[in-house]
Amino acid sequence: MPRNAMSLRESAMPEMTLVEALNLALARAMADDPSVVVLGEDVGLNGGVFRATVGLEKRFGSERVLDTPLAELLISGLCVGMAAQGLKPVGEIQFMGFIYPCLDQLVNHASRMRNRTQGRLTCPMVLRAPHGAGIRAPEHHSESTEAMLAHIPGLRVVMPSSPESAYGLLLAAIRDPDPVVFLEPTRLYRAAKGEVEDNGEALPLDHAFVLREGRDITMISWGAALKETAAAADALSAEGILAEVVDLATLKPYDEETILSSVAKTGRCLIVHEAARTGGFGAEIAATVAEHGLSSLLAPVTRVTGYDTIIPMARLEQHYMPSVERIVTAGRKMCQFS
Amino acid sequence: MASNRANQELPVIARFEVRHRNYLAPDGSINRPLPAFASDARLLVALYRSMMLLRLFDRKAVALQRTGRLGTYAVSLGQEAVSVGIASAMQEEDVLLPSYRDNGALIWRGVKLEEILLFWGGDERGNDFSGPVHDFPFCVPVGSQAPHAAGVAYAFKLRKEPRVAVCIFGDGATSKGDVYEAMNFAGVHRLPVVFVATNNRWAISVPLRLQTACETLAQKAVAAGFTGEQVDGNDVLAMRAAAEEAITAARDGKGPRFIEAVTYRLGDHTTSDDASRYRSTDEVQACWKEEPIARLRSYLVGQKLWSKADEEQLAAECNERVEAAVERYLATPPRPPETMFDHLYANLPEAYAAQRHELAGERDA
Repeated sequence: MPRNAMSLRESAMPEMTLVEALNLALARAMADDPSVVVLGEDVGLNGGVFRATVGLEKRFGSERVLDTPLAELLISGLCVGMAAQGLKPVGEIQFMGFIYPCLDQLVNHASRMRNRTQGRLTCPMVLRAPHGAGIRAPEHHSESTEAMLAHIPGLRVVMPSSPESAYGLLLAAIRDPDPVVFLEPTRLYRAAKGEVEDNGEALPLDHAFVLREGRDITMISWGAALKETAAAADALSAEGILAEVVDLATLKPYDEETILSSVAKTGRCLIVHEAARTGGFGAEIAATVAEHGLSSLLAPVTRVTGYDTIIPMARLEQHYMPSVERIVTAGRKMCQFS
Repeated sequence: MASNRANQELPVIARFEVRHRNYLAPDGSINRPLPAFASDARLLVALYRSMMLLRLFDRKAVALQRTGRLGTYAVSLGQEAVSVGIASAMQEEDVLLPSYRDNGALIWRGVKLEEILLFWGGDERGNDFSGPVHDFPFCVPVGSQAPHAAGVAYAFKLRKEPRVAVCIFGDGATSKGDVYEAMNFAGVHRLPVVFVATNNRWAISVPLRLQTACETLAQKAVAAGFTGEQVDGNDVLAMRAAAEEAITAARDGKGPRFIEAVTYRLGDHTTSDDASRYRSTDEVQACWKEEPIARLRSYLVGQKLWSKADEEQLAAECNERVEAAVERYLATPPRPPETMFDHLYANLPEAYAAQRHELAGERDA
């Protein structure tokens, strides 16, 4: 799929939701490779709390689609053991807020098994978790802490934003010989729709996608926040500001080249993420642009992000998440510089 | 009293028992009929030789550390029977998931002494060892390899392979959720895995009574739905017998087992520790009377299977082997710095290739 062929916009052709695309990719991977196993809480008969694994247990059996005890550390640790034995485990954590017991396994084992054994043992595992706010969920169900995962050497961090990218990136993550954390946009599970061809084709794991070409400003985002970013680009174009929208898609590693070439073209770099600002992944991108793209900048690199607060519960979450208005305002201001 | 009576009327719905296994008394005499393998003199001598090699190797490793030629090192002093006994009951195709004090098991399974020195000397290549290619390296974070053991065992079960995962950790690890989560899962799926808790009674400075209120660690298996057995961890025959039974049962599809090996850490936690800060010389002296090597030697000598001449020859052999390994270790140069990138990913992403070039001094990356 060419980099610019994907779109968040609805297609006139038969559609599926993002979560259905994930399900399709899981089924495809399991059918193609008997070493793929899916494990997590409620992933079996219930098909996952978001239905990402629906139908898999019936088709592939409860040995390959297993309901684990309610223990997230265990899920990630089992993945490490299975992966070292040549299986390709795909673990599901129900919400990103519950991924933290897995950090020890991710940092101390999954990410470094290959290195600490100098390639003798490896860890081809995927840990899936939905991230982000905006679904009026209970406390601890709205996290976007991808930056802490992107800080771990040896890991890959992938964040799809559309059914097409969810399908292709999940296939890539499962086939990748190294551990991948795969963070899915909760509020786009059903809101994002698109045509997905079940062709078994994976997307690259280190490429950003230009969702929309533009001239005046580069807007970089990932995961759920791309929805508002794309809407802001629409609004700005009504004002004559043509925004280029880049879906980062993979945070570790991330595609510096696409970012820098887009910023070189537009002269402006606006980063949008839902996570808290300080130490967020936007800081990494801003630093990269400062190091390698400063001469092309017509305006300061700008971030529109969640605030440096605890993500508020349902009543205030919309005030925390980057809104279309905040993104439009920031973009407009950047374009007034020159 | 009234309430006691009322309680007595409540039915008991579960009970458990924990058995203790021991054959050799500290003086080498026999407490009960020996297991079948004990008639194999060659095996008994092999166990003895392995424990002696480990002890002499440890002594040399500490000397290297004290003279700045090795990093922090954890000796097995007093616990040699645990890792050697367990490993001796494993098959090549089984998978060992050791913790950092299980050198005896690694050596038994073919890891070279210089590879162990390389690891403790700060070189990852020590983990790319000559033991079975599927064995795990030392787990340094306490107990976090237990879920790996369950995952490995799950793979065996899924593929219907008659193999067993053997996971060794310490008494402190049994306080961690990792270990319980792994045991619980293994119980649910009746996985072919054996968990071994080396109860050396001290987790650095914290005594067992501050780890748990349980009378035994073995009973922790009860909560996971399978059998735990307490074994005299200073009796290598008991360790070997318990491991053989547990591993055979696991291989035969009878599910997981738990072994609590009661021993005593006669040395410091590591070369960075000073155990005299938290335990008495009297306690350590008393435990020296229970140690595993003298115990097996007494038995072997009593059986006319071992002599003073054998002992002298073994010491010479071990020292020669250790010295040769030390020479090879010290002669191994560090790998080029940029190789720290070489096993980060299967294929180094472009983004990090530039950093590798930077480190290698290749300016035009």
